[in-house]
Amino acid sequence: MVPDPHPLHEVNENQCQVCMPLGGVMALKGIADSMVLVHGSQGCSTYMRLSMVEHFNEPVDIASSSLNEKQTIYGGEENFRKGLDNIIRVYRPKVIGVVTTCLTETMGEDTGRMIGTYLADRSLHGIDIIPISTPSYSGTQSEGFWTAVRDLIVYYTTTVSPHEGVNIIVAQISPADTREIKRIARLMGVMITLVPDISMTLDRPYGILYEKIPPGGTRREDIAGMGGAKATIQFGYCCPDPLSPGKYLEEEYGVPLYNIPLPTGLMNMDRFIRALVSITKKPVPQSIMLERGWLCDAMADAHKCLAEIRPAVYGDPELVYAVSSLCVENGAIPALVATGTTSSRFSREILSLTQDGERQPEILEQADFSGIGATAAQKGVNLAIGHSGGKVLTERHGIPLVRAGYPVHDRLGGQRILTLGYTGTLSLLDTISNTYLEEKYRTYRQLRRTEFYDRGGVIHAET
Amino acid sequence: MEITGSIPSGGVCTPCLDERQNSVVTTGKTKTRIHCADDSLAGAVSQRACVYSGARVVLNPITDAAHLVHGPVGCASYTWDIRGSLSSGSGMYRNSFSTDLHERDIIFGGEKRLAACIDEIVRRYHPPAVFVYATCVVGIIGDDIIRVCREASERHGIDVIPVESSGFISGNKIIGYRAAAHALIRLITPKEGEVIPKTRRVNLLGEYNLGGEKWLIERYLREIGVEMNVACTGDSTVAALKQIPGGYLNLVQCTGSMHYVAKLLEEQYGTPSVDVNFFGAYNTAESLRAIARLYDEPGMTERAERLIERETTRIEPEIRYYRQKLEGKRAAIYVGGAFKALAIIRQLRELGVDIVFCGTQTGKQEDYEQIHGMLKPGSVIVDDANPAEIERFLVEKRVDIMAGGVKERVLAHKLGVGFVDHNHDRKECLAGYDGAVTFAREVFFTCCSPVWDSLRRQPDWEVADGT
Repeated sequence: MVPDPHPLHEVNENQCQVCMPLGGVMALKGIADSMVLVHGSQGCSTYMRLSMVEHFNEPVDIASSSLNEKQTIYGGEENFRKGLDNIIRVYRPKVIGVVTTCLTETMGEDTGRMIGTYLADRSLHGIDIIPISTPSYSGTQSEGFWTAVRDLIVYYTTTVSPHEGVNIIVAQISPADTREIKRIARLMGVMITLVPDISMTLDRPYGILYEKIPPGGTRREDIAGMGGAKATIQFGYCCPDPLSPGKYLEEEYGVPLYNIPLPTGLMNMDRFIRALVSITKKPVPQSIMLERGWLCDAMADAHKCLAEIRPAVYGDPELVYAVSSLCVENGAIPALVATGTTSSRFSREILSLTQDGERQPEILEQADFSGIGATAAQKGVNLAIGHSGGKVLTERHGIPLVRAGYPVHDRLGGQRILTLGYTGTLSLLDTISNTYLEEKYRTYRQLRRTEFYDRGGVIHAET
Repeated sequence: MEITGSIPSGGVCTPCLDERQNSVVTTGKTKTRIHCADDSLAGAVSQRACVYSGARVVLNPITDAAHLVHGPVGCASYTWDIRGSLSSGSGMYRNSFSTDLHERDIIFGGEKRLAACIDEIVRRYHPPAVFVYATCVVGIIGDDIIRVCREASERHGIDVIPVESSGFISGNKIIGYRAAAHALIRLITPKEGEVIPKTRRVNLLGEYNLGGEKWLIERYLREIGVEMNVACTGDSTVAALKQIPGGYLNLVQCTGSMHYVAKLLEEQYGTPSVDVNFFGAYNTAESLRAIARLYDEPGMTERAERLIERETTRIEPEIRYYRQKLEGKRAAIYVGGAFKALAIIRQLRELGVDIVFCGTQTGKQEDYEQIHGMLKPGSVIVDDANPAEIERFLVEKRVDIMAGGVKERVLAHKLGVGFVDHNHDRKECLAGYDGAVTFAREVFFTCCSPVWDSLRRQPDWEVADGT
């Protein structure tokens, strides 16, 4: 397909994001003993399940109130209540998150009131039902995720006596990433409350009892105590203040907030460790210093290879910022940085990464793959980093792709992609270098021949 | 109301929800009528999708059309290139266009935005047709997509076809198939004064060319002396589809999606139809014989028999090998439509495998009666099953292998059950004689994989308490 010199403006062609309710579901899946009811038509929950199943390679059960035409006209409360009844019968959850859809938001369904009436009628004990508003037309999975995490924290936190624990609020990361954060906290000897914790819920080991609600997840009583923590570390660098859970804890309970980027890359990981040190005043163990040393050693070895890479980075703002930062500190200045959403902080922070350099990346917000592809081709992008949507960049523009973020549906092991910490950064860095080298070794013999042999030794004869 | 709890699973099974009792039958028991084709039960975690999904899967394989989803971005995003149909020409259908409605559009209406999006697509890509899919929210805010499409069609001189697929109309894809059928009929209806001449060619309805099946079937037909007009809709083009009225005979493969189209075509163009099924060696042979009978041309039956004989002999040794390995294994099937379920039942039986649990998302009463008749007593049949029921019957029926889609695959693997992909996502050709071998090989690979023994091997060391 010939690239169009005038990218489209109205139509979104090949989406870079999924919808807001999915972000809400993703957060809820990291809460212990939880189940989700999507208030809307049956298709929404099924599409979200399909998307998450393909990425995590795990059963992901999401219930729906299954509204049809009649309920859409006369109101969905009866189905809503029936949905809750059936979830409780089959799954026996302690927490039910109710996310809305564009359908029920437009119908004007008041889920808060409906939950109140339901709870009063059923006189249920020990089950929390939490409404989360995620109208798909108001944002992407990024906004849905932060909304849900914030709403959960608002719902559970109460005034508690101060304790030594530290809150860690993560962005949309993989189960492997989540485990890495927990491991680092353990090595540092820090007690943490991590929200949301998908390390087990969306990546169950084989051989344990199969339960309808997977084990693991953040316990609600731990969330309740977040207001008494020494500090909050939140990987929500681009998260707008009104959606920021850490901001809420700071304003409501006076918990100091370290709002920092995802710890991908040397600088960002150092920031995370520095935050832990400054909160706990504990020394950093040798084992972490060794991991840091191995990363530094790898960076020295890889720097010339990375200097040849002009990456395009796209996806969720938090991942894109952190990966762009990693690229910049290794001399692989991104040619293009894109996200399917829009955020007041995103462009500013990306620009600040490279303000001292001569090269600035092209930044696209509310991007689609038509725009990303056209710009990448124009800017000479030779490697892309992001979710599986970027397969079109490979198919249509020959750009090799390093898969990271959500969703990864055309390769195995989306749940295991590790990009955080010194160790995760190192493995991501190696994957980036080696993906580039594979392409380079595949093509350089022919390229050199074309450049210097086929043209009869006359260099730049045609330019 | 008192809420009665279920027993958590892990070998111990959850009883079905009361409202679901009539959607589950056991063959050989007194109850034979299954409750089906109804709305999904709220909160039951149905595996079904929506009207939009049904419409999209039927129309999406039309290769040179632009497919524009009118709504917020999610519906388009989840279905971008989801249908693995193969094309011999255009790749336009692999793009997912969305009008990407935002809050302001929900308040002020999305018609202007829709018109602008159609204009942009036409200006940029010049497709011969644009399909415009309505999603839930569009149905609620009352956008008149029929008018917008008509005006755009006049403006650009191409077909701009509305697909009335607001998701909330039903959770059953069958309703979406109808929406797609109406869109198809709208596309192929000849312009006033235009006549599509009748030919001796066949239309193959309900073949989506996921793994090259359409091409393989076309070869078989050509060998027996029948030319294919167009497949509906695998590897089709807008121009080719417009020749459907010239077909001599409609072969209906995926009955769920295409019986209704076949009925409309018979009413409007007098084209008769016959059900065919090219999945599995036996089905392929029967289908070729049926076609030859209907054509009633000298030599055709002989050519069909020669083909059947040659191909059956060719694949027989390999099939026999797999059959030896698979004889007596126990299988489960959970798929979208009954056509697929029936095809898989026959194929598994050809391999000596017993089907102990079978269900579909969209089967009708008569489909279930047919399934009922094909299974041994004591087998379970479920309409619109959910993960809890699938888990229960996989365990209870001691299933060795399951055939189904992506959502079922991960559950089966979790429970240590082998799995065969029979979904939109597969990359292999499963039709005809080659497909029969591919299918058998896949069943064998998963059923007899050494991995299951490895996973069951428990280490004999002592495990410490705590983390």
